[in-house]
Amino acid sequence: MLTFSTGNKAVATAVKDAKTVVVAAYPITPQTEVVEETANNVASGALKARYIPVESEHSSMGACIGAAATGVRTFTATSSHGLVYMCEQIHMSAAARLPIVMANANRALGPGWNIGAEHTDSMSMRDSGWLQAYVSTVQEAYDTTLMAFRIAENENVLLPVMINLDGFLLTHITQPMDTIDDLGDYLPPTNTPHAIDINNPGGYGTLTPPTEHFKFRHDIQRGMKDSVAVIEDAQADFAKRFGRTYGMYEEYLCDDADVVIVAAGTLAKESEVAADILRKEGIKAGVLRIRWLRPFPDLTAALKGKDVVVIDRDYSFGLGGILVNEIRTKALEAFIGKDGKANLPFSVIAGLGGQEVTYDDIADFVRNRKSGGELWFGVTE
Amino acid sequence: MYEIRLHSRGGQGGVTAAKLIAQAAFLDGKYATATPLYGAERRGAPVVSFIRIDDKPIRIYSQIRKPDLVIVLDTSIMQTVDVLAGLKADGKVLVNSQHPMELGSHKVYHTDLTGIALSLDLVLAGNPILNTPLLGAVAKAGIISRESAQKAISSVFADDRNTKAAVKAFEDMEP
Amino acid sequence: MAEIPDEEFILKTTSACAGCSASLILRYVTKAAGKDTVLVIPACCTSVIQGVYPNTAVNVPVYNVAFASAAAVASGMSEAFRAVGKKTNVICFAGDGGTVDIGIQALSGALERGTDFLYICYDNEAYSNTGMQRSGATPIGAKTTTTPLGKNEYKKDLDAIVEAHNPVYMATACSAYPVDLYNKVKKALSIPGPKFIHVLSPCPPGWRFPSEKTIELGKLAVTSGMWLLYERENGKLTITGASKAAMKKSTPIEDYLKAQGRFRTATPEDIAMLKENSKRKMARLAHEAEAQAAEAEEA
Repeated sequence: MLTFSTGNKAVATAVKDAKTVVVAAYPITPQTEVVEETANNVASGALKARYIPVESEHSSMGACIGAAATGVRTFTATSSHGLVYMCEQIHMSAAARLPIVMANANRALGPGWNIGAEHTDSMSMRDSGWLQAYVSTVQEAYDTTLMAFRIAENENVLLPVMINLDGFLLTHITQPMDTIDDLGDYLPPTNTPHAIDINNPGGYGTLTPPTEHFKFRHDIQRGMKDSVAVIEDAQADFAKRFGRTYGMYEEYLCDDADVVIVAAGTLAKESEVAADILRKEGIKAGVLRIRWLRPFPDLTAALKGKDVVVIDRDYSFGLGGILVNEIRTKALEAFIGKDGKANLPFSVIAGLGGQEVTYDDIADFVRNRKSGGELWFGVTE
Repeated sequence: MYEIRLHSRGGQGGVTAAKLIAQAAFLDGKYATATPLYGAERRGAPVVSFIRIDDKPIRIYSQIRKPDLVIVLDTSIMQTVDVLAGLKADGKVLVNSQHPMELGSHKVYHTDLTGIALSLDLVLAGNPILNTPLLGAVAKAGIISRESAQKAISSVFADDRNTKAAVKAFEDMEP
Repeated sequence: MAEIPDEEFILKTTSACAGCSASLILRYVTKAAGKDTVLVIPACCTSVIQGVYPNTAVNVPVYNVAFASAAAVASGMSEAFRAVGKKTNVICFAGDGGTVDIGIQALSGALERGTDFLYICYDNEAYSNTGMQRSGATPIGAKTTTTPLGKNEYKKDLDAIVEAHNPVYMATACSAYPVDLYNKVKKALSIPGPKFIHVLSPCPPGWRFPSEKTIELGKLAVTSGMWLLYERENGKLTITGASKAAMKKSTPIEDYLKAQGRFRTATPEDIAMLKENSKRKMARLAHEAEAQAAEAEEA
C-alpha cells in the first residue's frame, strides 16, 4: 500500500508486518518514534507482540537475548549512547548466535551533547559479529528491516542484524513508502536450531576452554562469510516478489566514471546530485553507496582504475575515517595501477554531529581531491 | 523541483503542516519529502521545516537554501529570523496575517489562519491549530490541489472542523 | 513436611568448592521447580559450579548471561514463553554481586514491570567467584580482599529495596533449612508475577570456616537473628521456621561470628553495630507482624 512515512515509522511498520513476537526497547532521540509507534501497534492489536518497556538499553538487548533464546522473532531499536551502553550485550548477542534485529538511529556521542547524525556509534560496533546495513531512504528502511529478519534467522547466518538510519536526516524525514500487504512466505517462521528446549536441556554460554572458544569464534566468521550469499538471495527474492532491487552496495553512474564518490546513508544519496552537477561540468563522476558494512563487500572490481573520494560521517581517532580504511584494506588492489603506482582514495570527514553537507559541498570534495589526502570538512587548521 | 521553507514556533504544528503539504503533493501524483530542522523541542521556539516537491524521487537531504516559497505561521518570528534568506527572486511568501504585507518585490499571500482556527474553536493545549487551515491557503496558492489537501487532512484528523478550516482559508485568501 | 522429590537436576559432577551452599541451594530450587524450568545465570559462582563446556552438571537448560543482565534476560525469556503459550518457569539464580550491585537496575526494572519470573539471590556476602572481594552485601566488620581491615559500611538492605517494588511474593531463606527453601520456591512458582527469594549462602573459603561446617554456620546465622526467615505474599508477612523461635530468644551473635575467620579483626564497635542492626531488623519485623495481625482481626 502506498503511504507516506518517516524513516522511524517505516521501521516500526516493518516490525509489525514481520509479525515480530517480542519487542524490548528504550526510547532515545532520534529513535523514539520507533518505540512509540511499536507500543501503539501492540496496544491497538495491529501487532500481536509482547512489548517490554525496559529500564535501559543494556536491558533492552538483555531482554532480546532472553526472548530470541527461546526461538521467537525479536526486535529492538536504539541510537548513539543507547547503543554504546548496550555494547556488552551487542557482543554477547552475536556470540550467542541470536538472530535479533535492531534499528539504530545514527547519532553523535557526547560530550558535548549532540543529537545530530554520525556513524561512529554503529561503526564502533563493527567487530562484534553483527551484520550492519546502512539505508538511505524511508522505503529502503522498511524493505531492509523486513529482509533483516530473513537474513538473521537463516540457519547459515544466525547472527543479529543492525539497520542504520541517519538520525533526523532519515529517521524524521517523511517520504512516500510502499508497504507490502502480503509478505507470503518471504519471511518463513523462525526455526532457531539452538532454541531453548526443556526436553533437551543444555548449558548455554558455559565456561569454554580456548580450543572450543576459538572454534566458536571461527564459526561466527564463517556465518559472516556465508551471510553474503544469504543477503544476496534475500535481496534477489525481494526484487522478484516485490519489485524493488537492492545490492551489497549500490552504484550510480559508476560504469564510465573517472571518479567515484563512496559514502553510506543519506550522504550517498546527496552525492548522486553532486555527480549530476559534476557531469555537467565534464567531470565523469559516479557514486558507490555502501549498503552493507558487515559483511564488508569486495569493491576491488568496482573501484579499479578510478579516482576514489570516500566520505566518512565517522572517525577512528588515531587511524582515520572508518569507511576509507575499510576500503583501503578490502580493495587495496584497486588502487595500484599497472605501473605499480598507487592512486589512493581521498578521505573526507564530513557531517559529524549532523553537520550540514550539501551536494555543492560534495561536488567541491571531488573537484579538490588529492590521492591519499584527508580533509576535515569545515575545519581550518 | 519546488522547495518550500516553513517558519513556525514550537507548538504551532509547523512540522505536521509540512508533512501534510508534502502528503497532499504526493496525493497529486508528485514525489515529495518533508523534513523538520530539529532542535531541542521547546514550546515557542522558532522552528523551520522543509518541503520538497518534484516529479521524480528526491535525493537531497540537506536544508533548503533557495526556496520557491516561504511560509510564515507567526510573523513575530520575522523580528529575529530573516525569513526571506535565499528566497528566489521570483519566490513567493505566504504569511499568517490579517493584513497584507509588503516584502520587497515578492508576491505575498496573506490569510488569517489564527482567526479561522479560533472561529472554529480549533485549539489544542491553548494553541490555535494552524496547520490544517494552512493547507487550504497552500492549495489556493496553486501548489497542491484542493482535493488532495482535503484528503491529506482527513487521513490524519478525524474532526471535520479541520477540513472546514482549510476550505475557509481557501475561500478567504486572495489568489 | 513437604515430600521432596528424589529426582535430581544438579548432578554429582559440579565444579563447586567442598561444602558449597550455593550448589545445595540450587539443588533444592531445581527440585522444587521441576523439569519445565530455565535457569538464567549471570556471572557468579554458579558460572563455575555448572561445569565446563561441553559438559554440564545441571539437568535443566541453563542460560548464562551478562553480569548486569539476569533479570533483563529473564524478562525477555518469560515474555517470549508466555507469548507462545508456554508456562516454563524462568528463574534467575544470581549471587549477591549480580543482584545488590551490578544487577540491581535490571532487577528493579523487571520487578516494576511485573515480569512473571522468580529471582533467587544466593547471598554469600562477597564477590566470591573472583576470590572474595567486598560487595554491597558484605556485613560490617567482615574482612575481604578489598576490605583488609574489615568493612566499615552496613550490608545493603536488599529486601527493603525489593519490598518497595511490591512483588507478588518475596521471601528469605537459608541453605541450612532446605525444606523451608523448597516450600518457598514451590509457593513462589505457583503465583504468576514477579517473585523474589533471598537465600543466605555461607561460603567456606570466603568466610573462612571448615567445609563441613556449612550447615552449622547457616543455622547459627538464623538462631542468632543475624539472618531472618520470613515471606511476604502480596505484602502479608509471615515469619517462618527457626526464626519464629529466634525472634523470641536468640543465641549469642558472637557464636556465629567466632565460627568464621572473616570477623577475626572485627572491632567491638563493629560487633555492637551488627548486634544493633540485627535487633532493629527483628523489632521491625515483629512490629509489622503484630500490626498486620491486629489489622486482620479488625477486618
